[in-house]
Amino acid sequence: MSEQLIEVVLRSIWISGAALLFSLTWCLPISLFLGLRNFRGRNIIISIFNAFIGFPTVALGIILVALFSNAGALGSLGLLYTPTAIIIGQALLVTPILVSLLTSAIESVDPSIRDLAKTLGASDGQAKLAVLSEARKGTILAGIAAFNRAIGELGVALMVGASLRGYTRVMTTQIALEYNRGEWELSVQLAIVLLAIVFSLTLLANMLRRD
Amino acid sequence: MNKLALILVVLVIAGVSAVAAIELSGRTVPRLKVSTTTSLFDTGLLDNIADEYLNNYGVRLDVISLGTGPALDQAGSGDVDVTFVHSPTLENLFLTDNSGGARKIIAYNFFAIIGPDEDPAGIENLSTIAALQKIAETKAEWVSRDDNSGTNTKEKALWKSVGFPDFTALYEENWFTATGQGMGATLVVANEHRGYTITDTGTYLKYFNDNLINLKTFVSSGKDLLNVYSVMAANPVDNRENVDFQGAIDFIEYLISDNGQSFIGNFGVAEYGAPLFNPAVQLLKENADSEIATWIRDTAFFENSECPQQYRLGQEQLYQ
Amino acid sequence: MATILKLKKIGKKYDEKTVLRNTSFDVKKGEILCIIGPNGAGKTTLLRIMALLENSSNGEIVHENKVLKVYDDVNYRKRVTMAFQQTALFRKTVFDNVAYGLKIRGYSKDEVKKRTERALESVNLGGFGKRKAKKLSGGEQQRVALARALVTEPELLLLDEPTANLDPANISVVEDLIRNLKGKTTVVVATHNLFHAHRIADRVACILDGELIDIGTTKEIFSHPKDKRTKKFIRGEFF
Ligand SMILES: Nc1ncnc2c1ncn2[C@@H]1O[C@H](COP(=O)(O)OP(=O)(O)O)[C@@H](O)[C@H]1O
Ligand SMILES: [Mg+2]
Repeated sequence: MSEQLIEVVLRSIWISGAALLFSLTWCLPISLFLGLRNFRGRNIIISIFNAFIGFPTVALGIILVALFSNAGALGSLGLLYTPTAIIIGQALLVTPILVSLLTSAIESVDPSIRDLAKTLGASDGQAKLAVLSEARKGTILAGIAAFNRAIGELGVALMVGASLRGYTRVMTTQIALEYNRGEWELSVQLAIVLLAIVFSLTLLANMLRRD
Repeated sequence: MNKLALILVVLVIAGVSAVAAIELSGRTVPRLKVSTTTSLFDTGLLDNIADEYLNNYGVRLDVISLGTGPALDQAGSGDVDVTFVHSPTLENLFLTDNSGGARKIIAYNFFAIIGPDEDPAGIENLSTIAALQKIAETKAEWVSRDDNSGTNTKEKALWKSVGFPDFTALYEENWFTATGQGMGATLVVANEHRGYTITDTGTYLKYFNDNLINLKTFVSSGKDLLNVYSVMAANPVDNRENVDFQGAIDFIEYLISDNGQSFIGNFGVAEYGAPLFNPAVQLLKENADSEIATWIRDTAFFENSECPQQYRLGQEQLYQ
Repeated sequence: MATILKLKKIGKKYDEKTVLRNTSFDVKKGEILCIIGPNGAGKTTLLRIMALLENSSNGEIVHENKVLKVYDDVNYRKRVTMAFQQTALFRKTVFDNVAYGLKIRGYSKDEVKKRTERALESVNLGGFGKRKAKKLSGGEQQRVALARALVTEPELLLLDEPTANLDPANISVVEDLIRNLKGKTTVVVATHNLFHAHRIADRVACILDGELIDIGTTKEIFSHPKDKRTKKFIRGEFF
């Protein structure tokens, strides 16, 4: 692998990893809320998140371009064509799948765990944490699924990142780009690396699930 | 402190540092945003210019490749600083609505009509117009990008002069295939279908030399197939405070300099044995009555100028 | 004897269903109080209310002259522990299960280790620390839960049917443990098993259909019940 290729691979992992971290900051509280509380409309909210799992990346891309472009509402931030824009886009993109998987992981935890933690002296927050810790396998699976979705998506990265060399070029955009340029060999190499990452993470997830 | 809140705070800090790290690593040098068309981008010319420009002038070019329309729109909205395109009609509109200016014609080459070796329509040795007429008559397959790119704009103009003023009417013809994709993908489709198409020479040579296609060039010169490349700066007006106008002008000055021009003229020689682009600055300056200079003036000048004065954004030095 | 907890006219309704009604009694410091009654009488509900896992619909609980509410209770929670009838275990090792309460309370690592190991010894589970809690037998799991409840040395221990689902050998281990707590910790045990109550209790409260019908020393309740219904229950007529 050439140095440039390694750089693109690392950047992809970095960007999608950051997107996952950000996404977790709101997905964890949302999922704890949805998973631990019973209220009217809860199922509707969950099914909305489920419906958004398949949200087309290009649709999200175009919305974000409209928002980040100089002509858009957030134009003055100068975010268009930066890695930050891709991170924001991917963080939003993986929110539905993360919320959906985290919520069901939390739901599947024995409901008495929360009470148990409380009777042992836990505060409300600590009790939630105990639930999350019981759901840790599901949480890791959700994280892996979200990361795979982020690192494998093309629409957002291409539209808000524009595949700038040495800056916003990630694996998927380079695959598309090299294909268009007739550099199929590079395209195929990159596709293999991407598949290797996604497959090995999925494999890891499966090992966790079985254990 | 609540551990859950702590986790969230740690996540935010980790995320912010990740963003800061990647942004800072990418911002060690000044950057200039350039929008361009996919076919031009795919030749690799701009990547090479970018390396050259970074090494000699310390500015990194961020090259964004889009269709011609969007590439111009990006400059019009100030999302990029410079645009590098090859579609005089659209460029004219770009200037007249004050989206940008300081236009300079940089280079030219010729589109080519290519097709299968067997030449089922028999267009060998014909002129462009005659060749297209023949293809339509014999109903030999024609593959079109149909993506509003510069190449596609040129194609539409050609079909118009052949008797298809409404390009969409061609959709009804069963010998007509529209890919809606870039030049590379369209070449591959034409190759699979053994059809004819119009292509820029850069992409064609690349695909041909790499054995990705085996289609032959039938027509590749003449005023009809002239392809003129120009560069324009985004207009730094209104609320376009992100536009780096000075950076854009510096870059244009580099492109029209002897260094820039010879760099462009030599691009592709090593790889394809022939240049992909011909420098245009000297040709036009000499005011020579060369046939090609006349063609360029006829097809790519507005009001007898590559950039009428009112669109020069005060950069007269570019036109001396 | 000093009163540790005072229940005043506690009532509980789920929707329209009344599960507990007008229940008042005191828990005295250091005693073992058994709450007996048939299945569905409301024992679990009562313990959950005392553990502040649930709000009562009426009445109040007074602890150290303070009326308890569910949401200002972290301090109370740290001093009162409940073990459920259906043993709940964290999907962790035996050690981590027992150590949980100590970690929450911020004990040092050494202290956590020392106390956890001591607690495991006390329920005859020395050396079980590294095992996965969920993989133990029912009786062992129950003892892990007990060790976990005891390790923090709560002032008040609420045990819900601690010997249901256990074989006789395990029952006597658990009963010995509870008896050994006498004087150190106040224990409230909910049970439908009269023999069990008879063996361990200082005092016995009898609930039927969500109503406290009798409370007194073990001897009073078993030998001279005041209430006719208690007498019937003791004789086994409700089974
Ligand atoms: N969450 C609940 N919702 C509705 N009814 C409940 C709930 N919890 C308990 N009950 C009802 O309250 C009554 C008392 O239950 P419980 O306190 O578990 O009795 P015990 O522990 O004495 O067997 C039962 O009839 C039970 O069905
Ligand atoms: Mg019960």
